[in-house]
Amino acid sequence: MINKVWDSFESAVSDVKDGDSVMIGGFGSSGFPLQLIEALRQHGARDLTVISNNAGVGDEGIASLLKDRLVRKIVCSFPRSAGSVWFERLYEEGAIELELVPQGTLAERIRAAGAGIGGFYTPTGYGTRLAEGKETKVIDGRGYVLETALPADVALIKAQRADAWGNLIYNTAGRNFNPPMATAATLTVAEVERVEAVGDLDPECIVTPGIFVDRVVAQKEWRNDAA
Amino acid sequence: MRLKPAEIAERVAQDIPDGAYVNLGIGMPTMVANYVSDDRQVIYQSENGILGVGPAPAPGEEDPDLINAGKQFVTLLPGGAYFDNAESFAMMRGGHLDLAVLGAFQVSEKGDLANWATNNDTYPPAVGGAMDLAVGAKQVFVIMSHTTKSGEPKILESCNYPLTGAAVVKRIYTDLAVLDVTDDGLRVRQLHGDNTFDEVQALTGATLLPAQN
Repeated sequence: MINKVWDSFESAVSDVKDGDSVMIGGFGSSGFPLQLIEALRQHGARDLTVISNNAGVGDEGIASLLKDRLVRKIVCSFPRSAGSVWFERLYEEGAIELELVPQGTLAERIRAAGAGIGGFYTPTGYGTRLAEGKETKVIDGRGYVLETALPADVALIKAQRADAWGNLIYNTAGRNFNPPMATAATLTVAEVERVEAVGDLDPECIVTPGIFVDRVVAQKEWRNDAA
Repeated sequence: MRLKPAEIAERVAQDIPDGAYVNLGIGMPTMVANYVSDDRQVIYQSENGILGVGPAPAPGEEDPDLINAGKQFVTLLPGGAYFDNAESFAMMRGGHLDLAVLGAFQVSEKGDLANWATNNDTYPPAVGGAMDLAVGAKQVFVIMSHTTKSGEPKILESCNYPLTGAAVVKRIYTDLAVLDVTDDGLRVRQLHGDNTFDEVQALTGATLLPAQN
């Protein structure tokens, strides 16, 4: 019997270790696994590398991990949003390392990791500061930068619906980074709004097949605030 | 005379062709959608994973997940689609988007674009999808003020801010003029109001070529 449904967010993240790399799905204020992030914060693993598009806003979500000083390094495309005070404070103190990656390169590095691709040549960033020190190549007259796959120990993702096999369906633009991250981590944990019976999700509509998902936890009470 | 930001956006909108797939950057570029005439059907992409972005929802009808790249609530038009970020940027880099309209700090006469970082290193940098859009869209239009608030030219022989992409800008829409980036250099396409070539040249840090008739 395959049953990937876990009872609590706390138990689903209890084996995250100090020093782990953790992908966190979401973009802006959309599609964040906020209850998983809160469980991770309470779990208290330190020296984390967080891989996400943003670096958190206010005191919630990713910002709460920064506030508790659990994050050693962040890999993201857009750390500086209105209200990203904890990132800015830690950056100013030199208390957090930033690896800035163009958004499409971030998504493709994650996709590559999940697809068994070691690296790829992209035109994005060629001739810019973000390509400094990287291997470049001219192919058919166009310049490209070698970017390598970006895997993680853990992916915390958010979907709308799941079943016990880990199949996932998302809500509107809440999909964002969640499907590629689901494929790229050793352990993928999905926070979902509800779990349905195996067979009830339309197979034509499943976005993330369950093979990529290890654990599913249903929200107790649905909320979706800006992370 | 200087156009207001909404008037520059209106001018850009006139040049967006019927049937185009378009990405509008955050800020002034987003205003362009307000002025595309109803006789043209334009499909807007938002890089977080939407094709067919519609107008803002009525108050109380927001879907908390349905935001654009600027984190504003939007709607999906009939026929629209959602997709993940890897596919969104494949769409971009793969040359499937007809046009990106972007803001800029500086543009060079060769079409180099600088819109993601200044030389102020005390401030943490952020890039988002700017570099992918710059190299991926079939055409890049820039919409910006012609000069900085203190009157310094933003159109230069070469950018002194870090580049977003090299030789990527096709056309520049400012409050003073519309300029084309050509193999010969920057050519005036249109002067707004009673602005003269010499007046615009004086506020530009690169040599301009007069409009061709």
